[in-house]
Amino acid sequence: MMYTEKVMDHFQNPRNVGVIKDADGVGQVGNPVCGDMMTFYIKVKDGRLADIKFQTFGCGAAIAVSSIVSEMAMNRTLEEALKITNEKVAEELGGLPKNKLHCSNLGADALHKAIENYTTHQGGRPGKSKAAAAAAESCCCPYCDGPLEGGEGICQTCNVELEECPECHKATSAQEETCAHCGRKLH
Amino acid sequence: MRKVYLDHIAATPLHPLAREAMLPFLKENFGNPQSLHSFGQPVLEAVEEARARVAGLINASSEEVFFTASGSEANNFAVKGMALAQRDKGKHLVVSAIEHQSVLNSVKSLERLGFQATLVPVDREAVVDPQDVAKAITSQTVLVSVMLANNEVGSLQPVAEIVRLCRARQVPFHTDAVAAVGNIPVDVKSLGVDALSLAGDQFYGPKGSAALYVRKGVRLLPFIDGGIQESGRRGGTENVAGIVGLGAAAEAAAKELDRRSEKTQALRDRLIEELPRRVERVILTGHRTRRLPHHASFCIEFIEGEAMLLSLDMKGIAASSGSACTSRALKVSHVLLAMGLDHALAQGSLIFSLLDSTGAEDLDYVLEVFPPIVRRLRDMSPLYTKYLEENRK
Repeated sequence: MMYTEKVMDHFQNPRNVGVIKDADGVGQVGNPVCGDMMTFYIKVKDGRLADIKFQTFGCGAAIAVSSIVSEMAMNRTLEEALKITNEKVAEELGGLPKNKLHCSNLGADALHKAIENYTTHQGGRPGKSKAAAAAAESCCCPYCDGPLEGGEGICQTCNVELEECPECHKATSAQEETCAHCGRKLH
Repeated sequence: MRKVYLDHIAATPLHPLAREAMLPFLKENFGNPQSLHSFGQPVLEAVEEARARVAGLINASSEEVFFTASGSEANNFAVKGMALAQRDKGKHLVVSAIEHQSVLNSVKSLERLGFQATLVPVDREAVVDPQDVAKAITSQTVLVSVMLANNEVGSLQPVAEIVRLCRARQVPFHTDAVAAVGNIPVDVKSLGVDALSLAGDQFYGPKGSAALYVRKGVRLLPFIDGGIQESGRRGGTENVAGIVGLGAAAEAAAKELDRRSEKTQALRDRLIEELPRRVERVILTGHRTRRLPHHASFCIEFIEGEAMLLSLDMKGIAASSGSACTSRALKVSHVLLAMGLDHALAQGSLIFSLLDSTGAEDLDYVLEVFPPIVRRLRDMSPLYTKYLEENRK
């Protein structure tokens, strides 16, 4: 089996699946091009995550990652939850196959986005500005959602060769014929 | 737990006759077929008998059959060997957008050597329009390659018609028939193809044993430079047991093919009719009727293929998928995208391919177990939640 027992357990019995209708914060990451989409909902009470729910469209690893992130963050302070890293998520699951590591990025990212969304709503604490959020939207590899640093032509996470789409200016695979974001014909 | 194997396109079990035929060549008949002595000669006879059997299955002559180690090798052999043999004539290739990676990546390699290629599109049912092939052919075209049946969505291609158009322009034609041979009747003469790839593991033969048919008179460069094996076009000591097993599987297929396909086709049709009745928002991929008799492929909306495969596997059911997450390259199937499906829908790809031994009760079990799996995964899916909300409005 390519997955650890713990991954399979969280895939089969995911914790905290669902939607919080009156959530204090919502975070969504991923897109169907890379394969996975996650939405995290949080309720915050006295600076702690009083409730977390998630929904995930994706593979077994993506579902397990969402589940374990929700478990790791439950009842934690926002600061503690923001410290949950991709490495810790993968470690908690007893490891992930190399080509599935990007899934662990998505889980923590979705949670962090939900927290940012909450803090922005609160107004008191520095959330990301709209411009920064827009930049963050286009910051990521369209295939694995890994971070793209600087203007390099290759995603450090999944090794896809990237180029900038002349239409929407987002990063897309140099191998594909059309832009992953806007569908413009490239080559 | 009940075990149900519905992944014919990945591998078939070895036919008992193939196994029996192979055993002596894994035991006492170890000689090299190229040796002149009494250890070699009977082995050479067995190899040539296998060649005749493979030729018989596709209505070819023995000397037109070249053994290879895989369907992928046969495709490499044909595409590279035929293109390079004619590079003085031109450097343009025409292939369909839904070819196997072994054809598409062979084309990519040739592009690095200065060839140019045109990818012919397919329609929503993954069928090539022969007129599109004709339009793509130029005075520089030295090879057209279109598969006989697509392994991912099952659609059969109008190969005989495409061959007629190629003949009119005197352009050599190769077909990747790996998914087809042994499962549907294939006759190289009535198709008129110049080259055709086939593989034993798609029709109850051993893995690592395949063949390329090359019509007499077609120009083709050697694929492995070496000795005189395979008429000097593919050097290297023969995989004797594999070749003998392939021959036995070919002979069995020639006899059993009609019965097998009649049986699997009835079961396939039941799956194609019944699955969308039990699960909403399911589409059939590929052509409804002009498809491989053992092949039923779908896209299940709002959920992803790997999650379905894992869930099915826990119930003892083996299937496959073209989703990005199931591929090591993390890329969604190029076939589904070429058909015009969007990424999210293509992610829900699920392929059931039946064996000769698949029974009605196996499909009953799948039809019973599968709907709750879909329900569970959809309950987790943000796309499904969105769909339900939009429907409520």
